[in-house]
Amino acid sequence: MTKVMNTMVAKPTAVKYSKLSTQRKAYEWVMRSLLYLAAALTTLLLLFLMGYILVQGLPNLSWEFLTTQESVLKGTYGILPAIQNTVYVVLATLFIVLPLGVGAAIYLTEYATNHKLVTAIEFATETLSGIPSILYALVGMLVFCQVLGLGTTLLAGSLTLVIMTLPTIIRTTQESLKTVPQGYREGALGLGAGKWHMIRTIVLPNSIDGIVTGCILAIGRIVGESAVLMFTAGMSHTLQDFGSLEGLLRSSGGTLTVALYAYAKESAKFELAFSVAVVLLVITFCINLAAKLVGQKLRKK
Amino acid sequence: MKKFACLGLSMVMALGLMTGCGNSNGTTGSATEDESATGSTSSTGSTTSQSTTTTGGNLTGTVNTAGSTSMKDVVAVLTECFAEIEPGVTINYTGSGSGAGVEGALTGTCDIGLASRALNDEEKAGGAVEHVVALDGVAIVVNTANAVEDLTVDQIAQIFKGEITNWSELGGADGEIAVFGREAGSGTRGAFEEIVGVVDSCAYTNEYSSTGDVIGNVASNPNAIGYASLSAVGDTVKAVKVNGVTPSEETVKDGTYEIQRPFVMVTKEGTELSEAAQAFLDFALSADSAEFISAAGAVSPNA
Amino acid sequence: MKGIFMVCGFIAIAFVLLITVYLIISGLPAIREVGLIDFLFGTRWDSANQTDPAYGILPFILTSIYGTAGAIVIGVPIGFLTAVFLAKVAPQPVAAVIRPAVDLLAGIPSVVYGLVGMMVLVPWIRTTFDVPAGDSLLAAIVVLAVMILPSIISVSETALKAVPKEYEEASLALGATELETYFRVTAPAAKSGIAAAVVLGVGRAIGEAMAILMVAGNVANMPSLLSSVKFLTTAIAGEMSYAAVGSLQRNALYSIGLVLFLFIMCINVFLNVFLKRNKEG
Repeated sequence: MTKVMNTMVAKPTAVKYSKLSTQRKAYEWVMRSLLYLAAALTTLLLLFLMGYILVQGLPNLSWEFLTTQESVLKGTYGILPAIQNTVYVVLATLFIVLPLGVGAAIYLTEYATNHKLVTAIEFATETLSGIPSILYALVGMLVFCQVLGLGTTLLAGSLTLVIMTLPTIIRTTQESLKTVPQGYREGALGLGAGKWHMIRTIVLPNSIDGIVTGCILAIGRIVGESAVLMFTAGMSHTLQDFGSLEGLLRSSGGTLTVALYAYAKESAKFELAFSVAVVLLVITFCINLAAKLVGQKLRKK
Repeated sequence: MKKFACLGLSMVMALGLMTGCGNSNGTTGSATEDESATGSTSSTGSTTSQSTTTTGGNLTGTVNTAGSTSMKDVVAVLTECFAEIEPGVTINYTGSGSGAGVEGALTGTCDIGLASRALNDEEKAGGAVEHVVALDGVAIVVNTANAVEDLTVDQIAQIFKGEITNWSELGGADGEIAVFGREAGSGTRGAFEEIVGVVDSCAYTNEYSSTGDVIGNVASNPNAIGYASLSAVGDTVKAVKVNGVTPSEETVKDGTYEIQRPFVMVTKEGTELSEAAQAFLDFALSADSAEFISAAGAVSPNA
Repeated sequence: MKGIFMVCGFIAIAFVLLITVYLIISGLPAIREVGLIDFLFGTRWDSANQTDPAYGILPFILTSIYGTAGAIVIGVPIGFLTAVFLAKVAPQPVAAVIRPAVDLLAGIPSVVYGLVGMMVLVPWIRTTFDVPAGDSLLAAIVVLAVMILPSIISVSETALKAVPKEYEEASLALGATELETYFRVTAPAAKSGIAAAVVLGVGRAIGEAMAILMVAGNVANMPSLLSSVKFLTTAIAGEMSYAAVGSLQRNALYSIGLVLFLFIMCINVFLNVFLKRNKEG
């Protein structure tokens, strides 16, 4: 700060560029160019990435590619199984993580009285969100695939992703629970409602937007995940029969990211990998948009 | 509207709590029970497919196979043909490498393991049983722009040990050789290193984790050499002659092409396969599948 | 009901304990067998060698450190400057376009970065530096730098915006130009937030596996910029699926996981300290 003071000219109004010393002019010029350079670099990088992926991926992207499965005999390619597996993993994971995460958040904001316990749970959540996915893959493969005997299945993958997405759900739910005015709670309790009844009818409906945001963020994480799913859910790309219980529990397969990896690394079909990348790009875009819209709605309240 | 959402949410929560809490210990039991229950029930629908079925019944179930990336095409073809015989069975394939295939069969993370090499004594002692479904050559691949056509096994060994480092020493254009290999658990690598006699002494520039990756990288690098399953070699790369023998189905079958290995399906001794998995294994080993296996570029020993 | 919610709350702790205990229990045997010094500082990793296997992970540790440091050196200046641009300099419409773009960059799955790196960067490095193959530490560093960019930008931007207006107004009134104010008043005032961004970037870079698995070449060399290398994460990803259960190789992979876990825990503690100081300040 003292250095700043020394170089400052004591003038009440903002200085004009032309009145600066040469040294300060140079500083101004260098810094401004650096700023614009960095911003331009970031923007160009994004434009290049998007452009390159679209140029490489769009030509091969057809309705058939999206709605059929691969056939070696006919020599055709399709990613319907990957889409199906992605949907399965998203739904199965949310189905389990949502009650757990929302429940934990309710406990933390509504019930918990022990400050140390809250700190411990929050620290645990922080830790979980910092662990890299390859370690989740390692533990998921051990615990779910081998020790619990689920085998390399989509179910084992979903259970591993439950641990991964739990922090996201807890944090966003907690934040939105905190925005529900204390007066609502007191009013409901004052009218004789039980605590659980109050949470169910007053608190949860008022924080539904936050929970939805959490879901969207979790979906983003699940769709983008590859390491965990490769090692716990397998890489198969045949259509699964999710109609039966066995299909639900025993199916193994790769999601879109895994399909991309398989096309790029296992079969050297780079143009198809780029087509999958286009699909992933579109999904990412939609997820970002949805999160933003829900966020805006939340803020309006 | 809010009420409905709330109601729905709490229902999901209640349901989820039950499943969520039961998950840690409950699912193991139910998964295996369900497997034995649904895996063995044949659906009662009449058989429309008149192909040569090995079991005759119309089975349902899921069979998870995992392992060798070299066997991708063979398994894919078998899966498609099997789907015509047993449409109710879903066959899954995960390309994770031969070591992972053997490991998966032994630990039960998959039903049938896939390995693109003969099992070693240690694995057999651990209870792994091998079923040879095909024979395959390991092609030595170079970039299509490379002028080198023919290499001896000795030269190949020297290249992979790093004793020959420039293509000009072999009659090619001047350029430092990029030696591409597979990761340590690969069956192709195991078979190649053993036959060429370079076990544990290879100096790889890069190691890739799948057959397609080696081919893709050799195709894009004019100075590269690598090895890959003959069944996976297309026209993007050039397979060189070894000791003057062109790698092909015939030379693999009559044994004149030296660098070859079996494709095996691995099961665990004493573990009974589900009916669907057994049917798939029987089909793969039957004479019926031989022509499809050769369509995938490998040679069936059962023809 | 309270009981049920409490169980939910404890599940997060249970998961952390599960992961920690599992990694420690399965990670220690190999370290004990190889010896801590030989394991951490051994320079040769040759787990598949049947006659003379070696389990030294120094190449992986150094590669992870160099790779992360390289990504930070490239990513942080660009990210920080972009954040200043977005928070202070950019006209509203421009910022409104770039900001969602940065968010999109953050949401793109890592395999997509790996794919583009593999197809563009790797051949470029091969031809530019005239090396046999372009898969290298350099390629991994660039991919990592791009991947950490979005989080650096958004965290630094938030920190810059949180600086009280009065600081800037005072500086401007004293005659400093806008840019002098941003770099000499605002940025120092937001330094703990920016530090948190850097630490977050370190965490992301050191934990990334799939993207660099696709561009790093995966040979356990001691790191040098243009040679094929293996990171802590890619060593696990590359060998995990086939190492036999109970074998020393398998256990050594868990040990690598444990080492990586310790790295990450240190970073988490750092991050917590920074964030807390940020909140209080």
